Amino acid sequence: MKFYDVADLAVRNLRESVFRNSLTTIGIAVGVASLVAMLSLGIGLQQLASRRLQKSGLFDTIVVTSRRDLRNFREQREDGPPPAESPALDEPARRKIAQIPGVVEAYPDIRFVTEVRFEDKPHLTMVAGVPFSAKSNNDAFDGMQGSFFSSEAAPEVILQKSFAEELLGIKSKPGASNPDTNIAELAKPLLGKELTMRYAERTASPSASPTPTRPGDRGPGDAAAYSVVSRQQALKIVGVTDLDPDSMRGTARARVFLPLKLAQDLHVMQSNLRDTSASDSPSYTSLSVRVGNPNQVPAVEDAIKKMGFSAFSIVDATRSMRQFFAVLDGFLAIFGSLALAVASIGIVNTLVMAILERRREIGIMKALGASDADMRGLFFAEAGAMGLVGGAVGVTLGWALGRLINFAMNIYLERQHFPPAEIWSVPLWLVLSAIAFSIVVSLLSGLYPAARAARLDPVQALRYE
Amino acid sequence: MEIPMPNSLAVRTQSLCRHYQMGEALVRAVDGISIDVGTGEFVALLGASGSGKSSLLNLIAGLDRPTSGAVIVQGNNLAALSREQLAKYRLHTVGMVFQSFNLIPSMTLLENVELPMRFAEVDRRERSALARQSLERVGLSGRLAHRPTELSGGEQQRASLARALINHPKLLLADEPTGNLDSRTGTEIMELLHSFNQSLGMTVLMVTHEQALAEKYAGRMLHLADGKLVDDVTSNDVRNDDVRNISSVETPAPRRETR
Repeated sequence: MKFYDVADLAVRNLRESVFRNSLTTIGIAVGVASLVAMLSLGIGLQQLASRRLQKSGLFDTIVVTSRRDLRNFREQREDGPPPAESPALDEPARRKIAQIPGVVEAYPDIRFVTEVRFEDKPHLTMVAGVPFSAKSNNDAFDGMQGSFFSSEAAPEVILQKSFAEELLGIKSKPGASNPDTNIAELAKPLLGKELTMRYAERTASPSASPTPTRPGDRGPGDAAAYSVVSRQQALKIVGVTDLDPDSMRGTARARVFLPLKLAQDLHVMQSNLRDTSASDSPSYTSLSVRVGNPNQVPAVEDAIKKMGFSAFSIVDATRSMRQFFAVLDGFLAIFGSLALAVASIGIVNTLVMAILERRREIGIMKALGASDADMRGLFFAEAGAMGLVGGAVGVTLGWALGRLINFAMNIYLERQHFPPAEIWSVPLWLVLSAIAFSIVVSLLSGLYPAARAARLDPVQALRYE
Repeated sequence: MEIPMPNSLAVRTQSLCRHYQMGEALVRAVDGISIDVGTGEFVALLGASGSGKSSLLNLIAGLDRPTSGAVIVQGNNLAALSREQLAKYRLHTVGMVFQSFNLIPSMTLLENVELPMRFAEVDRRERSALARQSLERVGLSGRLAHRPTELSGGEQQRASLARALINHPKLLLADEPTGNLDSRTGTEIMELLHSFNQSLGMTVLMVTHEQALAEKYAGRMLHLADGKLVDDVTSNDVRNDDVRNISSVETPAPRRETR
């Protein structure tokens, strides 16, 4: 028989006992729905976790330091030139690193402890420069109050929640934010206000500028090459963020954020920065190198180490995270498949019943010249059709269930003052493979009934009244 | 495996046996039957219930396999064919008509008649026209969209005849085709069988226990008892009876007592 005829006869047969076949199909649908629900939860959680982690800069960022800096004791055992011979981490080096394949950007880390005055009260805090690109790739700025910096060097600041609390005099443990405060209410009195940052500017001293000393050189003239001038800068508060954009830094994390370009232009004297003088080629204590894909981190890290710098990343943590989710998905898939396994027994049962019922019809068809393959094809098509419909309905059901749980979960998250999250993800590949899987399971279930129908003796079948 | 056989022969059986076990007893349904049926013959298989006439017909139809012996149709020994080849044989060489009509109740008459063409993979667009023609030939052009249960027994049997002929078989096998019909309708069906035998030159093998019908229409009567051939009668006057108005299906011959 041609495919059209097999499909046509199969659909006719399914319609003949529509109630029983619908029940069987619903069984498959519930099985597929549970599988889709379980897997989409797993995938959703994984996406949520990796999105947060990736945007936190933990997994796509490499921190580069110079080996000359003796404080970098952790890299002492690395291969490469000894500390004394290693190159300076200066602007040419930054450009060279930025050109390594896979590197999205390489920017100097600028952070300093300084005094910030708000309504004439002084507050001491860590200030850090934030690259303009963080607007789109740092999750902390996604859900914040207010807006991101208006331009690359705008005289604006974004405050971390705990610092905003400090400015408003809300009591909380130092460094930790109070989870009960509403970020929106917190931001309202602060946004648009001005604060003043006092800082020490390093300027190249006129006597030192003609001296052809290499930047970052530890020479005796180095200390005399600049002078320090006390300055202050008015900054407009444009945003307050709940999450910590600087989570990678641990105890040294900043609570006030400036546009990186502005921070560079100010030439702030940093305790750990040897040279931010006005010379053309400043050298940096450390660079942050952002990579397009966490998978590229090891290669880029190696390339940087070969250049003679120290580099470190936490990429290993992503590997164990992926392993965790692979195991989680595996377990969820097993539990989800149980319902589908039960449903497949339903298919076997329905089709075996159909053979008993249609025994005579099968006999007639065989007497008229239907081959074993025709009969097998017919029962396969019926099983496949139930699988297809069951799969499609199941995916819809699973998706709807997911939306519902997502909706309920977001109401809960909102009450807990968390930003809404998509913990349920049903990607297209899951939809297609769930339907395909459902069809395959149904066909496997149809294997035995189809073989039985094909083997049926027409003489026996026709004698049966 | 071609077996040489004169062209004038449609079916040959050689020491054909079909035995099966029923509990302790061995039933010899067909027990060493050797017959030759010529092309274009109208043969009636007669005998009491359990005489083996239906079993013999099933063996010739390729629905059953012999325990021993051979059934040779068109040079092929059916006993040696694979299941797939037997299905092809049933599809293209044999047309079957049953006592209980065996139309599929969920299908209309047109769909029932189209069914063998689905197995023969006839183009979808041609099927409907061919099935229509076939149903017209048996006088059912007004019943195409009816389901079998909406029709009388005679109409159902005519539809089943239309279905049997749809793939142009060489051999028409009928298992008690009038068994479920009253004598008048039975006669109509016999007229049709006779007309196909005469006009299409089709070989007809019919199982019946109605001696009178067999005498009137069949050119040859094979009497079976206990699985054995006991009598082989050729009736010349019936064979040459071409005068009968065979095309008048709608106005059948006057009712005759058949018993």
